[in-house]
Amino acid sequence: MEYTPREMMAVAAAREIKDGEIVFCGTGLPLVAAMAAKLIYAPNSIIFFETGAIDSQLMEIPLSVADPRVMYRTCVNAGLAEAFGIMQNPFTGPKTVAILGAAQIDIYGNINSTCIGDYWKPQVRFPGSGGGCDAGSFAGRTIIFVKHEKRRFVPRLDYLTTPGYLDGPDGRVRAGYKRGSPRCVITDMALMRFDPETKRMYLDKYYPGITPKQVQNNIGFSIDVSRASQMDPPLERELRILREKVDPQRLILG
Amino acid sequence: MTAGKIMSLSEAVGTFIRDGAHISFGGFTINRQPMAVAYEIIRQGIKDLHVYMHSGGQALDPLVGAGCVRAVEIAYGGNGRFAPTCVRFRKAVQSGQIMVEDYTNYQMTMRFWAGAMGVPFAPVTSSIGTDIVKKWGFPRDFRRNQERVPDQKLVIVDNPFQKDVKEKVVLVPAINPDVTIIHVQKATPQGTARIEGLTFADVEQAKAAQYVIVTCEELVPPEELRAEPDRNQIPFFIVDAVVLLPYGAHPTACYGYYDYDAKHLNYYREIASNDDDFKRYLDEYIYGVKGHQGYLDKIGREALSEIKADRRFGYALGLQRRG
Repeated sequence: MEYTPREMMAVAAAREIKDGEIVFCGTGLPLVAAMAAKLIYAPNSIIFFETGAIDSQLMEIPLSVADPRVMYRTCVNAGLAEAFGIMQNPFTGPKTVAILGAAQIDIYGNINSTCIGDYWKPQVRFPGSGGGCDAGSFAGRTIIFVKHEKRRFVPRLDYLTTPGYLDGPDGRVRAGYKRGSPRCVITDMALMRFDPETKRMYLDKYYPGITPKQVQNNIGFSIDVSRASQMDPPLERELRILREKVDPQRLILG
Repeated sequence: MTAGKIMSLSEAVGTFIRDGAHISFGGFTINRQPMAVAYEIIRQGIKDLHVYMHSGGQALDPLVGAGCVRAVEIAYGGNGRFAPTCVRFRKAVQSGQIMVEDYTNYQMTMRFWAGAMGVPFAPVTSSIGTDIVKKWGFPRDFRRNQERVPDQKLVIVDNPFQKDVKEKVVLVPAINPDVTIIHVQKATPQGTARIEGLTFADVEQAKAAQYVIVTCEELVPPEELRAEPDRNQIPFFIVDAVVLLPYGAHPTACYGYYDYDAKHLNYYREIASNDDDFKRYLDEYIYGVKGHQGYLDKIGREALSEIKADRRFGYALGLQRRG
């Protein structure tokens, strides 16, 4: 069955969400992945949004975390304080997984979503943290979506908006964080994970039709590709759910 | 005290929002942003505003583009899928037209909370080790010279209650705006207000402010809201102006009443990227219309009926939302 790179990305992320996890979701592909996960692999996962919508029943795909579609038949419609409280809380926080986007990412999974160039005179300004930095600080785990381009995988971020492993092993502990770590990075070519010891990004799975060399050539720092294998292509069932249930209008899948 | 609160849009803005005022807008990106008030501020040519928002979207962008804003303290300047980064906001930051101080959404929420509660700061545990802590947007002398802006963006301390392990806490300063503007579904002439759907940080923002302008879809008798007080959030005595403005959040959504106007938001993103087109937009939709009713006439009955919410869902089912 034919599929697009975006569909592969959504499926790769959906497979990363574990049943019972509390999923903090942005918009776009992360949300498509979370919705697909709930329908396929993680029926007991809970999707919530920083705007305060908790356990949304998504009948149509929201185009913003403040879309009225996130408010439909939630268990509780609250506000920002409650939503972030879920992640900062010592009991519910460790169960949360946050799916984030990034304009730039470094080898330790730190994210820039603020600007390119000098912060005070930016060449390009992005929206800023939103709740991204909070999620990277609080959530048990994060899943990060990035476009696979050399200019996005950089040795040094122009602005560190959201903490990953900061400066490496123990970086978070030394900074004073109690938990949290990037689970994986998902691009249009591959899925990367982080070495348990060095906390450096390595190639875990490359998509069918992509080579490890291509993956490395489009990353601005050197990563270990020795452990890599090919990712299973999307199953028919996964694609059917994506296309028929999650985003039939192809607002996000394109 | 009661009768005096009901005002026209121009009266409410003219009475409470002055050049250089510190203001905050409720809502979140494409939902319940007090758009009619933002447009009226532009119409009245108010300048040098200091704006506080968590996720500033559609209300922030034309205000910045029309040159009403000097400084913003925000977490996010985007509009969901409609403008991943708000267009005029991006241009204004890149050209140095406005000053920006970046916080996170949770930090901004807690800053409003601290302002509402009357404490000088709030403790949070996000952003340690990031550039939100290390890079301060406002120049040092701006902070020093502005009585209303604290000298420090934030302060990191050790948790004084922790026994063994060192735990860090980030203290973020309280915000007490001159004016907070929120758009709600229902309000009474006295100012008691009911928000349906998500409240975002509107309640904290309102309570933190010296003056509060409430714009509403429906003006209802006090008995109606007092019959189900559990569903109300804003007590009347903190509200200074009540303005009846159906579709007052257009082109953003108002849960249960109307959806966002996807066509208009896409149109706005396109015109906003060209300076001349943007000027024409301001002339056509803001300066050139007679108040809010004039704006709605310009948008047209057909466009408004397309976004009318299905009461069971709170949004317009099957709305055409393609870019």
